[in-house]
Amino acid sequence: MPAGPNQLLGHRVADAIEAALRGAVTGRHVEWVEVRSDRVRDVLHFLHDSEAFDAAQLSNLTSVDRHTHFEVVYHLQSLDLNHQIVVKAIVEDHENPLLPSAYPVYKGALLQEREVYDLMGIRFEGHPDLRRLFLWEGYPAYPLRKDFLSLGQITGKDVNPGLVRFPFEDTEDPDRMLNAGNIVTGEREAAAGNAGQAQAGH
Amino acid sequence: MPARRRQGTNVNSTVEPYVLNIGPQHPSTHGVFRVRVVMDGEVIRDLDMIVGYLHRSMEKLAEERTYTQNIPFTDRADYLAAMSGNLGLALGIERLAGVEVPERASYLRVIFAELQRIASHAMANGTLVSDAGAWQTPLLYMFREREKILDLFEMTCGARLTTNYMRAGGVSFEPPPEFWPALKELVAELPGRIDEYMELLADNEIFLGRTRGIGVITPEDAINGSLVGPALRGSGVPWDLRKAEPYCVYDRFDFDVPVGIRGDVYDRFMCRMMETRESVRILQQAIAQIPAGPHKNDIPLALRPPVGEVYSRVEGPRGEVGFYLVSDGGPAPYRFHLRAPSLINLSLLRELARGASLPDAVVTLGSIDIVVGEIDR
Amino acid sequence: MSEQPMRPATPMLQQIAEHHSLLQRFMGVSKEWKGFVFLLLAGFGLANLAIAYVVVDGRLDGHWYDIRDLGNAVAGLRGWMQDEGFHPAVPYVTTALLGALGILSVVGGWLLIGSWVERRVLAKFQIRQGPNRTGPFGLLQPIADAVKLMQKEVVIPRAADHFLYYAPPVIIFIPALLGWGPVPWAERMSFLDLNVGVLYTIAISSLGVLGVFLAGWSSNNHYSLLGAMRTVAMMVSYEIPISIALLAVVLLTGSMQLSTIVAWQANYNAWLILLLPFAAFTFLFASTAEINRTPNDIGEAESEIVAGFYTEYSGMKAGLFMGVELGNAILVGAMMSTFFLGGYTLFGLETWIPGYLILTTKIGLVYFLFVWLRGTLPRFRLDQLMGYAWKFLIPLSIAQVMLVAIEASIFARWDVPAIFPLVAFALVNLGLTVEMVRRWARALGYAPEIMAQQPVMATTIGGLKAAQKMRGG
Repeated sequence: MPAGPNQLLGHRVADAIEAALRGAVTGRHVEWVEVRSDRVRDVLHFLHDSEAFDAAQLSNLTSVDRHTHFEVVYHLQSLDLNHQIVVKAIVEDHENPLLPSAYPVYKGALLQEREVYDLMGIRFEGHPDLRRLFLWEGYPAYPLRKDFLSLGQITGKDVNPGLVRFPFEDTEDPDRMLNAGNIVTGEREAAAGNAGQAQAGH
Repeated sequence: MPARRRQGTNVNSTVEPYVLNIGPQHPSTHGVFRVRVVMDGEVIRDLDMIVGYLHRSMEKLAEERTYTQNIPFTDRADYLAAMSGNLGLALGIERLAGVEVPERASYLRVIFAELQRIASHAMANGTLVSDAGAWQTPLLYMFREREKILDLFEMTCGARLTTNYMRAGGVSFEPPPEFWPALKELVAELPGRIDEYMELLADNEIFLGRTRGIGVITPEDAINGSLVGPALRGSGVPWDLRKAEPYCVYDRFDFDVPVGIRGDVYDRFMCRMMETRESVRILQQAIAQIPAGPHKNDIPLALRPPVGEVYSRVEGPRGEVGFYLVSDGGPAPYRFHLRAPSLINLSLLRELARGASLPDAVVTLGSIDIVVGEIDR
Repeated sequence: MSEQPMRPATPMLQQIAEHHSLLQRFMGVSKEWKGFVFLLLAGFGLANLAIAYVVVDGRLDGHWYDIRDLGNAVAGLRGWMQDEGFHPAVPYVTTALLGALGILSVVGGWLLIGSWVERRVLAKFQIRQGPNRTGPFGLLQPIADAVKLMQKEVVIPRAADHFLYYAPPVIIFIPALLGWGPVPWAERMSFLDLNVGVLYTIAISSLGVLGVFLAGWSSNNHYSLLGAMRTVAMMVSYEIPISIALLAVVLLTGSMQLSTIVAWQANYNAWLILLLPFAAFTFLFASTAEINRTPNDIGEAESEIVAGFYTEYSGMKAGLFMGVELGNAILVGAMMSTFFLGGYTLFGLETWIPGYLILTTKIGLVYFLFVWLRGTLPRFRLDQLMGYAWKFLIPLSIAQVMLVAIEASIFARWDVPAIFPLVAFALVNLGLTVEMVRRWARALGYAPEIMAQQPVMATTIGGLKAAQKMRGG
């Protein structure tokens, strides 16, 4: 069960949010609540102030690139009630993602939002100090996006075709993937010629 | 950021503020951490932290590596608490893929995580006292214990710092036979050592003068600013994931959570000191209870967890180390995010430093206990 | 736990186990060498015993150490020159040059030995080995350091003020050398036995601030400037408690001449540290501030402002600053010994042992105390240190000077054996000091029972509500 031991059911949280803020919830899941990206601050306000949820701490804030849209994930923690709430904001605009900042509710969002902006390129409206955190101002890309393969692609020149994922992976027998540290390329090519020997060798 | 002239609230201060660049190479920044400080005499008016000198883009690299291959990244993130990082990721992979762990492995994980906590707290407290100006004597004394713990790590997994010890489904090696007497000897002598440090530092007038009432964080701010670990507990919030969400076998041990009263530097220091004692208690119980059995379960080499996501977290020495793993069914995580307590604990740094004097700010930064490898990742 | 010793488990521990200590190495040398060393030690001991026998026998008129007493030797040289009929300037200049050479070699020797002692002793405090590769016990380490520093490139910041940047390492050395002038090394053995020696000492010691400020200003670096400002503020503040503490000494002994102060202590067999404990403490503490040593090394607090006023200095220029710091520590040791620890006297032993050896031993002890403090204590903050001078040391020192003035007048008028008033003064001063310090600290708001409140243990977890509950309860 991937959900955390003290994680609240998404449906319950979604019902409460929907009752308080009509139209904010866009999707329900067993583990998380999906909310509209422009109302995420209201949702966080509600969860923070509500007695029943008491989401006192923004435990983690991160983002996922889903190729067509972004998910910004908020892991909220109630210390007194000892439960965890996962809220996801779906940012539909992949070209120019924009989201209200959680900083007015949670001061702990200060650096986490800067990190998300730096690496994923999602802008947070109302953040007091939205600058890049690790990379320098003017860096031409947002590296955690899935379309970030190489600088060549960004500048328009196809210098590097990008990384090849798992050249050592055995696609015919996916459960027997060999660890990259245990095999050299030549051995692998020889093994491809003689499957039986490769089985015996490992 | 522009140096703002102060309005005429304090008639004594008519000097022009100036910008002081502290770091990336500076004795008290504990790594390549840089702050630009707008100073008015000795008083800090504004502060801007600049990180990224150690950025290795772990989260991006992790998307190109299998789950097992990602475990060494956690060594390099918080390099002073590699075991805790290993444990967090291993637990995350296990929950995502539904892997079972033998009981002995859980005990071994607890033992190594607690040893790592003692080592890391020794380092944190030693450098804090060094920041307060004790010419490295407490640091080197605390290194004595840390060395012994690192020797234990070296015996077991061959590495002292970047251990790469925990795996999904257990731990990588069974400790050698000479590990157990050495561990028992260490656990027996640690309480005396901690008493020694308490004697040296807890009632030291100068140290008290330097740390009492400095860098006060209220519990409201600490919770709202996402502080975790000793920084949160020093502010008086009794929050410890080992009790809140008992992972491994922490629910079988009897231990307390030290909680500060005022939320100042001294409380954070003492919380670490007393947590070390509690860790020794846990170690004693774990050594007594550890069952025989295998130290790892066999898992498929190509671990392909089902589509889903998991946020696993453990209580590291610096607080909640969280791993947000998203699986698309492939051999590598679709998204790998490490919630770094060192970075997020710095959320309040600017508020804390404003209006403080330079020595106070240095001590406050030391008490928050950052590891730059984890900040930058 | 197994009984037999375990083999070292890790490669690093194996390496450590294979490393022989010096004693083990010595045990490994051949028998002939061991015999030679034993004979050497035995011969030295026997020779000393023979000398002691001759001395105790009384054949040398109690002045047997004349040949070893440098002060007497120089006095004899001067007498011989005057007898031979040289121009009056010749004996004067010769003895002055000899004395200057003596001071230079003493200071130079101390710089070498002192830096080794500091590193080695500090290492032992910190359970390290310390220098142990250059020569036996690393004794040649200071020389290696000096050679290394001289070879290093001196990098001068482009924005620095060049003339002012060059001057401070030299300027700062002058008071460190001049300060040795009035120190009495033995009876009749003092380079400059001024009758206003105390005044001279205070005046010279305040010269050092000039070099520090020049260094900080000319480096054109914020860290240097901060360090210089801190050091100047501290030095100027701590001049006052030093002066007042020495005023108490002068009042009681009735002289500003350092040799007379020592003679007074030898005469009554009473070290002034026993009679004036607070003055001695003030002098020691304020001196650590003056010379930038722990716990008052805020001028070069390495965790805050890197190296303070000499951040931008490199090579031998930085080495000179460090050398001056060390030399000042030795000088303060000499002053402390002279004013408060009986100087070159040791309850009559100075008739048997050359006085400068006694003084050297005392200097070494005070220096060891400095190293000990450095190995133990954290650092004060600037405002705490200034507050300590102005709010604590100065008022209490003034009060003590008044007390000593009364005592001195009693001592001058009361016609009883000196032992009675001195013991009474010692007891009164000690008791009053303790009581005064306690009351004054309380009046300033010092409250140890609140300061050392330790964290409480929580058995349950919780958030803000739990925190408020714990705080309330």
